[in-house]
Amino acid sequence: MIAGGTSANPVEYALPGSGRSRFAGIMIVLRDIISRPVGAIGLFLVVFHLLLAVIASFIAPYDVALQNADRILQAPSWAHPMGTDSLGRDVFSRTITGGRISIIITLISAVIAALWGGIVGVSLGLVGGRIDEFCMRLVDAFLAIPGLLFLLLIVSFTGGGVYALIPTLSFFNGISVIRIGRGAAQGVAVKDYITAARVRGHGSRFIIFQEMLPNLQDILLVEWAMRWSWMMLAFSSLSFLGFGATPPTPDWGLMISDSREFLTVAPWAGIWPAIFLSTLIIGINLFADALGKALRVDRQQGVF
Amino acid sequence: MERLIHLDDLSVGIEAGVAAPTPILRGITLDVQPNEILGLVGESGSGKSTVALSMMGYLAPGLELFGGEAIFDNVSMFDLDRKGLEALRGGEICLVPQNAGHSLTPTMTIGRQIEESLALHTDLPPADRKKTVTDLLSQVRLPSPEQIRDRHPHELSGGQQQRCAIAMALAGRPRVLLLDEPTTGLDVTTQVHILELLKDLCRASGVAMVFVSHDLGAVARISDRVAVLYAGELMELGTSSEILKNPSHPYTRGLLTSIPKMDGARIPEALPGYPPRLSATRSACAFAPRCAHRKEICLNESPPLHRPANASMVRCHFDSGNFPHSSYQGAPRPPAADNQMQKLLELQDLAISYDRPGLLSRLTGQEDKQRVLTVNNLSFVLNKGETIAVVGESGSGKSTILRAIVGLIPPCNGSMRIEGEEALDCITEARSLQCKKDIQMIFQNPDSSLNPRKTIAEILSAPLQLYFDMERTEAIDKASELLESVRLTRDYLGRTPDQLSGGEKQRVGIARAFAAQPILALCDEVTSALDVSVQAAVLELLSKLQKENGVAYLFVSHDLATVRAIADRVLVLYQGRICEIGPVDAVYKPAFHPYTEALMEAVLEPDPDAQSHVEISDIVETAPPDSGCPFQLRCQRKVGKICNEVAPPAQSVSGHTIFCHIDRDRLFQLQDE
Repeated sequence: MIAGGTSANPVEYALPGSGRSRFAGIMIVLRDIISRPVGAIGLFLVVFHLLLAVIASFIAPYDVALQNADRILQAPSWAHPMGTDSLGRDVFSRTITGGRISIIITLISAVIAALWGGIVGVSLGLVGGRIDEFCMRLVDAFLAIPGLLFLLLIVSFTGGGVYALIPTLSFFNGISVIRIGRGAAQGVAVKDYITAARVRGHGSRFIIFQEMLPNLQDILLVEWAMRWSWMMLAFSSLSFLGFGATPPTPDWGLMISDSREFLTVAPWAGIWPAIFLSTLIIGINLFADALGKALRVDRQQGVF
Repeated sequence: MERLIHLDDLSVGIEAGVAAPTPILRGITLDVQPNEILGLVGESGSGKSTVALSMMGYLAPGLELFGGEAIFDNVSMFDLDRKGLEALRGGEICLVPQNAGHSLTPTMTIGRQIEESLALHTDLPPADRKKTVTDLLSQVRLPSPEQIRDRHPHELSGGQQQRCAIAMALAGRPRVLLLDEPTTGLDVTTQVHILELLKDLCRASGVAMVFVSHDLGAVARISDRVAVLYAGELMELGTSSEILKNPSHPYTRGLLTSIPKMDGARIPEALPGYPPRLSATRSACAFAPRCAHRKEICLNESPPLHRPANASMVRCHFDSGNFPHSSYQGAPRPPAADNQMQKLLELQDLAISYDRPGLLSRLTGQEDKQRVLTVNNLSFVLNKGETIAVVGESGSGKSTILRAIVGLIPPCNGSMRIEGEEALDCITEARSLQCKKDIQMIFQNPDSSLNPRKTIAEILSAPLQLYFDMERTEAIDKASELLESVRLTRDYLGRTPDQLSGGEKQRVGIARAFAAQPILALCDEVTSALDVSVQAAVLELLSKLQKENGVAYLFVSHDLATVRAIADRVLVLYQGRICEIGPVDAVYKPAFHPYTEALMEAVLEPDPDAQSHVEISDIVETAPPDSGCPFQLRCQRKVGKICNEVAPPAQSVSGHTIFCHIDRDRLFQLQDE
């Protein structure tokens, strides 16, 4: 009964377009992200760190594991732009390479977490009822466990390493994604097009993958980015505590940990990895924020 | 001539970053005089709300003033600073928004909200405010204003909320009230009461009103003058009898003929086409593409607003008094098909409840004792190729019946059979694919019934692939055939729903239902979310598809005029109980069930001389009474105790059945007066 709708949404009219390709959709979102200062900074930081992780071994002036007893805790100089650490290793080479392992692990874990958490969450949002109620109490129980402490527990049992970290990180973060996915799915599940599909006789799989997920992908994408940043922090904390990356692999968390005894005499060994780590995390957060806004603007147009 | 508000060549639009600036209002010149009610009529997107809001110097975010002025009482509203605007808004010029439920603060009592307005706009001492609030609430005819004052908005019905919003507007002692579709979401009987209230307020207190609506019936009932807007331009302006009885502009005429009428069982003539999309420039008559009297000049030149002799102001190249009045009254409804008497759907003693019995009552075997039956004792037969309309106000259980038939909510009693023999399973999932295919549903709101992330091709091929195992390419071929059958072209295949207008979306929704080749289509208020000019086209389409496919319709609607146009038989429902059922011609003549009578009186036809005399109250019942007649609380012809205690018997009156305690001859007598 709203034939005389009152809200003229300018965006709805201003962007006419017909059947776009997926690529064009991505380009529109990217352009929107860059057009926001927050998004441009975020995207720059993320791309910068990703690129650096790829090319680090080609531009690193020294071998990251090369120890030199003559050059312990040297201040920054032309030979060592960021100085050297307590074992005489080049801090610059180690810092630019130091993000590699954590980025790979967390990126993979974030994708897995967003996928499984998203699918489970959306299914729960659709199914509702007792199953939903039961599963959500289970989720509550898991969320009540302090994340980092539990990670520590598991890692100390399994002895750490990539094969233990990826499943653990993606499992626990997936549980947070379930919450988000389910909440959003409940909003979509009451729409008439879902009712229409049910009444037509489509199965749950069709409804979840064909009708619901396309409408929730923006929320899940943003959640993926948020999870990624959270995992970066968690992984670095683990490394700091000695359960993440194993020496002599260069890793930011580990480097900060190693440098802490000498922080007063040689602050450069700890400050540089800290700066790199925090710029990446800030970058991811800013990027996620702008991504959310860009997708919302593009929501009516259909991105992918 | 004294004028309170003067819009002078007002243009408003989107100053878009990427595209050229796009006007939404183009050169609107309009006056509001003291003491008058000005009706602003237009379809969605015509800019009528933007006009009303700009009268108080407000533009929605994203809009900018392109030119012109809005003058209220010699003050140019767009030149005022924030302070100046705040002093006027809510005080001398006041807005009553469309949905009062959304505009009242949920955490404050009605009394406190109105007091706030009094504190801002009057110099009343705080001690006197409480009494003034009570006065205001009784002024808008709320029963027991002292109690309403202490309630929160969610404790009130939609009609009561709207009254409170009006009371709050009156608190600032306004000189102009801007009413933005104030009755649109309300039930028909409530709507009539609110319109009466507004009219009396205008007469009594002399406050001028601007009444924005898409509903010509409501506008006819209340306005002194009417302005017709189309695509951001003022098309016609005149007194309401000029506009509604002797319209000059082809658009106004088209609108009037496209409204279903109570006096004829025919589908009204539809206005062809759709309103234009927004564009930066306009060098032709905005209505030309849809106009039957279009000449070459219409496509090349924008017509000026002029006043032909003895007529209203009109924006047309021609002195349209000369246009022949369309004698076409709409297509008569096709006679019912031959297989009329073959039973298709049979409902027997259906009872539906949304309450689920608690564990305790299930254990003690008292499942049915406490639950509220939303629908009860519902029995009727739908024949092949027939249309039965289910009519009633909101909360009458109309949609619940449809949901039970498609298996979304299992009935707690009774049986459903389709095609005479097959008993229908209660739950969709338990039904055979064939059975699901046979029953299709068309939804009220096309915005939410089409998945925004899918193309029309995907939307239409989903049922084809499901029911007929079609290959993708085959399904797309079939989909373009379906689009043609609902009068769209195959260009639509690649578009997404947001690129379609409301009417086009609803056509796609209809095409999707017919992709299954159903034998029964359930239509849930399919026209009520659409613009007036498009509604008739959808009705016509449904009628055409019925002729071609022999499908039966169960057509749910709150609008008696629409029902008259399309139904073979009518079922009047109150609180989920049948009040009256019978062939459409019989139901629309006395004797009526008292509830049908009230509904008939509440229908607003675009006739400025019509007088409403709705006698029943507009209270909203939330649950049916435990015993007796479901309509006992509001019935204007209640006989006595028997109505409260005994369920009314079925009486057969000239072909239709009425459930009432009053004798049929007596009913006839009463209603003939």
